[in-house]
Amino acid sequence: MKKEKQAKEIIFKSEKEVPLMPMSVGNMLWNKTGGWRNIRPVIDLENCIQCGICWKFCPDVAISIENERPVVDYVYCKGCGLCAEECPSKCIAMVEEEK
Amino acid sequence: MRKVIMGNHALSYGAMLGRAQVIAAYPITPQTQVVELLSEMCADKILDAKFIKVESEHSAMAACLGASLAGARTFTATSSQGLTLMHELLHWASGGRLPVVMGNINRAMAPGWSIWSDQNDSLSQRDTGWIQFYCSNNQEVLDTVIQAFKVSEKLLIPSMVILDAFTLSHTYEVVDVPKQAKVDKFLPPFKPEITVTPDDPHAFGGLTGPEHYFELRYKLQKDMEKAPALIEETGKEYEKMFGRYLGQVEEHCCDDAELILVTSGTMGSTARVAVDALREEGIKVGNLRIKVFRPFPFEKVRNIFKNAKKVAVIDRNISYGHHGMFFQEVKSAMYGHDHDLPIFGFITGLGGRDITPSTFREIAELSLEKNKPEEEIIWIGVNR
Repeated sequence: MKKEKQAKEIIFKSEKEVPLMPMSVGNMLWNKTGGWRNIRPVIDLENCIQCGICWKFCPDVAISIENERPVVDYVYCKGCGLCAEECPSKCIAMVEEEK
Repeated sequence: MRKVIMGNHALSYGAMLGRAQVIAAYPITPQTQVVELLSEMCADKILDAKFIKVESEHSAMAACLGASLAGARTFTATSSQGLTLMHELLHWASGGRLPVVMGNINRAMAPGWSIWSDQNDSLSQRDTGWIQFYCSNNQEVLDTVIQAFKVSEKLLIPSMVILDAFTLSHTYEVVDVPKQAKVDKFLPPFKPEITVTPDDPHAFGGLTGPEHYFELRYKLQKDMEKAPALIEETGKEYEKMFGRYLGQVEEHCCDDAELILVTSGTMGSTARVAVDALREEGIKVGNLRIKVFRPFPFEKVRNIFKNAKKVAVIDRNISYGHHGMFFQEVKSAMYGHDHDLPIFGFITGLGGRDITPSTFREIAELSLEKNKPEEEIIWIGVNR
């Protein structure tokens, strides 16, 4: 079952609240890494063969599969280009971000 | 049961009796027999553990960390180049609060390529946040592994059990191997409060900003400070059940000694023989063998030095550009307590050069004839 996760800022006020182990002391949902992006993946869905390789390789889990098609979550995608590199049908283009 | 076994096998039997559940190790001289015997024990089902073969020591420690995080009692062993290859992951073990227990055989660092004993490999890992036990006989090796599991798992801090290459690792001695049922009573199964399971996923060791990292390290030090008392308490509990007490230090004739020799590892037992011989000649010397180097036994050392007139620290290691590392530590322990106590720093036996009773006689004579040390480092046995 998929657990609903919320983006929240975790702040421990004193060392007593901090867990002993460095476990879940950060919150990757809170950290919106999409702002780091210089180039964005744009998927040509017409040529997509629905292999799921981009979903599997995305190191930030920023690609989900919806209706059997990949969808990029630009809030978290850092624009690393791994998906484009790995795509066997070369249908992902890395496009310069306009600032 | 009493068995005649080598120091390396004493480590294996310790891990077996401690019921290690995951063992990941890479062979290296002079540690090889430790994992050889453990892999046989796993293959023969004497030990119910998963033996993970890996391609390097870095991976061996990484495998141990993952297993420990999943809640398994883990053991590994290495030496020298292998230990220093692990360096990065030694920080992961302590920072991640994963109580891995590891045997390390003290072997000199290359170059020149050496397989013989000195302490620079383990002492160069002193700031990685591991508890370090230095052993002087095979019985102590076996007993220390069992106690290390208990201490480590209570504090969630990893432990290194250290023995000298060849003078201990390959030396056969009579060792009392306790009964499994008795060890089980002393050492309950490892049940950490926090583990990672697929049902309850967590991010481990993720990005931790300046707002939290500092507190994690503060907590590690605070728990490290609990170790001296816990090691004493665990040692007494072990003594009640098995008749052997370990503790942080071993004293020999220190009460009325005019000169206390400070040693570690197997040179501690050699020093004991030298002390007895010197005592027969009426020379009042004593031997303090430091068994636990991290956390440093400040209180014990200060108490033992209360009546001492002079101290000589013998190091089989060197911090280049400074002193021998035990010498540094002993001096820092006395800062603010006794600034007038003359402490002499000797370096000898690097790269496995023999340390014999006559080495300690020379050290004692040199220390007794001078009022205070005239050199930063007094070298013993260098051919110059």
